[in-house]
Amino acid sequence: MIRLTDIERVFTVGDEQVHALRGVNLVIGPGEYLSIMGPSGSGKSSLLNVLGLLDRPNAGRYELEGRDVTGLSDDELARVRRERIGFVFQFFHLVPRLTAEGNIELPMVLAGIEPAERRRRLDRLLAEYGLESRARHRPDQLSGGQCQRVAIARAMSMNPSVILADEPTGNLDRSTGQEVIALLEALHAGGGTLVMVTHDAEIGGRAKRRIRIVDGRIVGDER
Amino acid sequence: MRAGDFLGFTLLSLGSHRLRTFLTALGIAVGIAAVILLTSIGEGLHRFVIDEFTQFGTNLIGIAPGKTTTRGGSIGAINTVRPLSIEDALALRRAPHVLATDPLIQGNGDVEHGGRTRRVTLYGVSHAFVETLRMTVAAGDFLPDEDPRTARAFVVLGAKVARELFGETPALGARIRVGGERYRVIGVMAPKGQVLGFDLDDTVYIPVGRAMEMFNRESLMEIHVTYEPTAPLAEVEAGLRRVLVERHGREDFTITPQQKMLEVFGTILDAITFAVAAIGGISLLVGGVGILTILTIAVAERTSEIGLLRAVGATRRRILLLFLGEAAVLAALGGIAGLGLGWAIAQVLRAALPALPIHTPWTYAVVAECSAVVVGLLAGVLPARRAALLDPLEALRSE
Ligand SMILES: Nc1ncnc2c1ncn2[C@@H]1O[C@H](COP(=O)(O)OP(=O)(O)O)[C@@H](O)[C@H]1O
Ligand SMILES: [Mg+2]
Repeated sequence: MIRLTDIERVFTVGDEQVHALRGVNLVIGPGEYLSIMGPSGSGKSSLLNVLGLLDRPNAGRYELEGRDVTGLSDDELARVRRERIGFVFQFFHLVPRLTAEGNIELPMVLAGIEPAERRRRLDRLLAEYGLESRARHRPDQLSGGQCQRVAIARAMSMNPSVILADEPTGNLDRSTGQEVIALLEALHAGGGTLVMVTHDAEIGGRAKRRIRIVDGRIVGDER
Repeated sequence: MRAGDFLGFTLLSLGSHRLRTFLTALGIAVGIAAVILLTSIGEGLHRFVIDEFTQFGTNLIGIAPGKTTTRGGSIGAINTVRPLSIEDALALRRAPHVLATDPLIQGNGDVEHGGRTRRVTLYGVSHAFVETLRMTVAAGDFLPDEDPRTARAFVVLGAKVARELFGETPALGARIRVGGERYRVIGVMAPKGQVLGFDLDDTVYIPVGRAMEMFNRESLMEIHVTYEPTAPLAEVEAGLRRVLVERHGREDFTITPQQKMLEVFGTILDAITFAVAAIGGISLLVGGVGILTILTIAVAERTSEIGLLRAVGATRRRILLLFLGEAAVLAALGGIAGLGLGWAIAQVLRAALPALPIHTPWTYAVVAECSAVVVGLLAGVLPARRAALLDPLEALRSE
């Protein structure tokens, strides 16, 4: 359960102020599937970054699972990201020298999870995302679609309650993009909350709830 | 993060840039090799000098005429100093804890036998000489235990003198001339070799009273005193001082215990070792700058990765530790390579220059390795801090 109240995000560029988010109010229930659409520069990524605790709003209040996370310390934010949130990025952001397997288990390694438990989850994730034969390949030996599957598996490795995807298909061709969306939707079908930023109307339209954002303001919220 | 995973991550990062890692570690290796080699030579020198001195025993005290002040000069003119006499040496035997005393005078003179003449170092000593300085007689006996003032004209030859004058024929019982006077050979010393540059084998020993007459000198050069090894040195010194002051009326002599000399030498040699270690340390510092440079580059290259690590839950502290760990492991690897390199060079030097004393205590190796890691950590602080302070979002966007 996510509750944003009067969120403001202002960037100062030179002596100009850019309002990336203006008075955003948003409640996301557990297990919802949400798409965020809008023109380029409208504040979609800014909203997702605030949701993912990668960025702090200048004003407003953010409650995650009943807890006010607006004033948390840097270390506490890192902990919440580690345990509650999974990210999927447009540019995959895989560590080039780690194998597919190494990338998937990275959050578990950072969290200090036992190797035996990691192995169990890895085997399940590799099977689920069809990566068994690619487990020991490095990102430069993988296709774009495979990279994004590794990234999704990585996001899922810590069993997060929220998956945040920022244009996950933006760097993929159409059919590979469809596959990735199918995986994310399967994940939602399994009970997870999924928030996906996209500027592809067809992909965005598949979500059960569709947020439209223009110039930092939520201008549409269809179910 | 578990320690094994931490190390694995670090090694993988270093392993993904093999050449770069190798060259950076090489910088540290050269520094450590220099440190370990220079300190090994310093320590070898230390041991060499100490060994040279302690072969005469450590419970030895030398007494010389004249009082040296802490400023190093003598008080008063030389003629106001009372000579140190054979009687003084005899009287000192009564001092507490004293085992033996030996009056000594040294000079040069010709020895002559069967038409052969050789210029040698002459020592005027007493029967106690072999005991106080732990010398060994190879054949015959040393000077007999008689009053040094009226001793008979006996001579003991150093090994080299005996060889030069007599060759293969036996020297014992032969009559030779020492400084123009007739002496009978009663003993030949075992070879001793060079001690601090003096050839103790190219030496002959005659009774001290006769030597003083021969050199026309009133004073001994030194009195050697040995004391019970368990006796407290201060007490022994005080006893000697009391006896001599009683005889001379004041303290116009200098008592130098071997132990104090060893301490002074030890301090000087430690300072030398430290100084050469510092010189080696400079090259270690250069290696540290290498780590700083390479890590700064790595942080810049891996900015987006740092952003990702932060996004998936790494704290700033974790990022800091990861980069510090890389610096430390890099330096530790370089250090181990440096120890190997230093050791190999030491072996080569030892084979090529057997005279050069080299000694590496294992504590030096441990200290060197630790200093490598410390240098690595210090070099890593700046880049690691920079990595830790990156804003996760900015870092992620930096592609
Ligand atoms: N770090 C930043 N510094 C300055 N301006 C920023 C920064 N991030 C985003 N912005 C600005 O905020 C606005 C919204 O950006 P963003 O959320 O990335 O848009 P979208 O993802 O919808 O394309 C844009 O005008 C962008 O230029
Ligand atoms: Mg965006």
